[in-house]
Amino acid sequence: MAKILAVDDSASMRGMVAFTLRSAGYDVAEADNGQAALDTAATSKFDLVLADVNMPVMDGISMVRELRTRAEYKGVPILMLTTESNTDKKMEGKAAGATGWLVKPFDPEQLLATVKRVLG
Amino acid sequence: MSNISIAQFHKVFFEESLEGLDAMESALLALDDGGDAELVHSIFRAAHSIKGGSATFGFPDMAALTHEAESLLDQVRDGRRAIDKTIIELMLRTVDCLRGMFDRAQSGQPLANADSENLKQQLAATVGHAVPAAAAKAADKPAASSGWIIQFRPHAGMLAGGNDPLRLLRELAALGQLVVEAQLDRVPTLDALDPTECHLGWRIELTGSVKREAIAAVFEWVEDECDLSIEPLVAAAPPPAPSVEAVATPAGAGGTAGSARAAASSNDAGSVRVGIDKIDGLIDLVGELVITQAMLDQFREEFDPSRLAMLQQGLAHLARHTRSLQESVMGIRMLPIGSVFNRFPRLVRDLSQKLGKQVKLEMVGEHTELDKTVLEKIGDPLVHLVRNAIDHGLETPEKRRASGKGDTGTLRLEAFHRGGSIVVEIVDDGAGLNREAIINKALQKGLINSGDNISDEEVGELIFQPGFSTAAVTTDLSGRGVGMDVVRRNVTDLGGSVSIKSRPGHGTTFTITLPLTLAIIDGLRAAVGEECYIVPLVSIVESVQLSADAVRSVTGGGELFRFRGEYRPIVRLHQQFGCANAQQKIEDGLVIVVESDGNQVGLFVDELIGQQQAVVKSLEANYRRVEGISGATILADGSVALIIDVAGLIRLQSRRKAA
Repeated sequence: MAKILAVDDSASMRGMVAFTLRSAGYDVAEADNGQAALDTAATSKFDLVLADVNMPVMDGISMVRELRTRAEYKGVPILMLTTESNTDKKMEGKAAGATGWLVKPFDPEQLLATVKRVLG
Repeated sequence: MSNISIAQFHKVFFEESLEGLDAMESALLALDDGGDAELVHSIFRAAHSIKGGSATFGFPDMAALTHEAESLLDQVRDGRRAIDKTIIELMLRTVDCLRGMFDRAQSGQPLANADSENLKQQLAATVGHAVPAAAAKAADKPAASSGWIIQFRPHAGMLAGGNDPLRLLRELAALGQLVVEAQLDRVPTLDALDPTECHLGWRIELTGSVKREAIAAVFEWVEDECDLSIEPLVAAAPPPAPSVEAVATPAGAGGTAGSARAAASSNDAGSVRVGIDKIDGLIDLVGELVITQAMLDQFREEFDPSRLAMLQQGLAHLARHTRSLQESVMGIRMLPIGSVFNRFPRLVRDLSQKLGKQVKLEMVGEHTELDKTVLEKIGDPLVHLVRNAIDHGLETPEKRRASGKGDTGTLRLEAFHRGGSIVVEIVDDGAGLNREAIINKALQKGLINSGDNISDEEVGELIFQPGFSTAAVTTDLSGRGVGMDVVRRNVTDLGGSVSIKSRPGHGTTFTITLPLTLAIIDGLRAAVGEECYIVPLVSIVESVQLSADAVRSVTGGGELFRFRGEYRPIVRLHQQFGCANAQQKIEDGLVIVVESDGNQVGLFVDELIGQQQAVVKSLEANYRRVEGISGATILADGSVALIIDVAGLIRLQSRRKAA
């Protein structure tokens, strides 16, 4: 089953995402900021990364930019979980190398639908 | 999948949001003191998380309020608006209002009320737009066609961004009939080809009753990474309007709210957040215990006396690991006192503004850890002492100037370890206790018969007497029906003590001493007749054996002995607690010198048996409160030993002396 890295500084949001994905059978690792995600991503290869934008230590956009410089993460889908409905943020994420985004609030079904869409 | 209940995450969401609000509040207060721009970011982040979470977990009223707050913060963050007192005040009110909403959410009440609606309007007005009456945007007429022609040519870097054209084509195929024609004209020669880049393009004919929005949604993520055109297949159809972003509504919010309430109310047992390192430590220890257990288990099968040394070693391991495990488990209950200190910046700010005083709050030792139970109960006494210090202790700027001090008074909260206890000090540089006023009041209340020969310590003690208040008029700030006697009782109930030191014109210091934990104490076991008592190790100064002539009898039956140059009273435990068959002659037993609040007494016992840890059981809960006894414990042989309450015994002793 696909391995997914869920990155969010909010434990409740991260918990919800991880729980939903695990219930669907995915193998999920968690990280609570961009830097922690980069560390985790270095030890194991993930098939999909779901990352919040606003986080302490390192935000999601910097994380994507950094992750895309690594050869093994070229082409790996990275989705931003964002409440920013303005296009600026989405485009900033895209410019940094994000694959797409999922706008909060989303419910477990929306999350799974999007993940299935990306992982095929 | 709808059976996944997101209500199970409400508790975590509440906890982290309340923490976020605390962080917001302290950052706002720091900004008020002229903090830097990084604070604005942290405030924004906290508001943003609460907004996202509240929308996701089904609290739209909260999301609406935080949305307005976030918009305002966004303006500040972008430099479109300067931070000023008005905004800080508004944000502090938002923090308070959200706390109220969380309270109501936990008890399942409606979140919004007149106050929150009011605040929302005010925030919106400050941001510069009114809250829309209804969130409904005029939906454009869906542009449908019998089919579409899509020209799709990804940029070379699209694959690296994680978007696979094949996935997009599959998604289109799910919408209707597809005829796909690949365009190979840009494919380079093999030697120039980079396999991680995309060189293909597609002309796609999609037939069926498909809305343009549905197609746009497929390409939503790649708009900026491809050349894309979507044209109606039938030229006669009018050009479709540009797609409008749908207004997101929290799906199923109404449905989950009910179950959320049930979950929230059925699960209100307290919880503690524990660092991973503490849990890892526990797991290590349990591992060690399992190994020791396996080692000892060998002896169950057959015991060979030649392996006695190994058995002893195993038991020594067991003792060590059990002790470490116990310390680690207790450690889980330990939380930094900072979580209690956190409320004071706001309290001090509000209070000093209200009283027209200037107060600088210093906090030291916020990381000092205390047992969760102690921590929960120490909040109110501390609040009372802080209120007291600002209300009665610190002076107005005019008075301070008159006595040659700076306009701004200092209030210091400090927590630190001393021996096996935690000490919390509340220090102000105000006027100090008003000796005359206190003595007059005490005379008036009949607490003392004469104002002569009263030491400063005794004056300090007077304010702890029930019903004592020195303020000419009881203000609504500190005079809330609780006096210093309640503060002392609360602290004593926690096994701690509180004392006061004051210098006229220089300020007052309250010192609270608290036990590290309530559950287990280190004690010395002492025999008195057929009974056994535990004396808490932290109170013990020394044990001495006295000769009969070292003891002076005084009128009224009391006994004194000389210790380190001063006379101390002796408390004979067998008399105090009525134990039979105990030693009567002072030279046949031992005197344990104990101390509390700077007072020392000698406890006369038969002999010391040894040091041991005592798991404290409440005597009050199982029997009744006994003066001089703080609890009971079960000894290894199953018998019960009482634990001496040193502070209580000393109080008993001084009352007897006074009588």
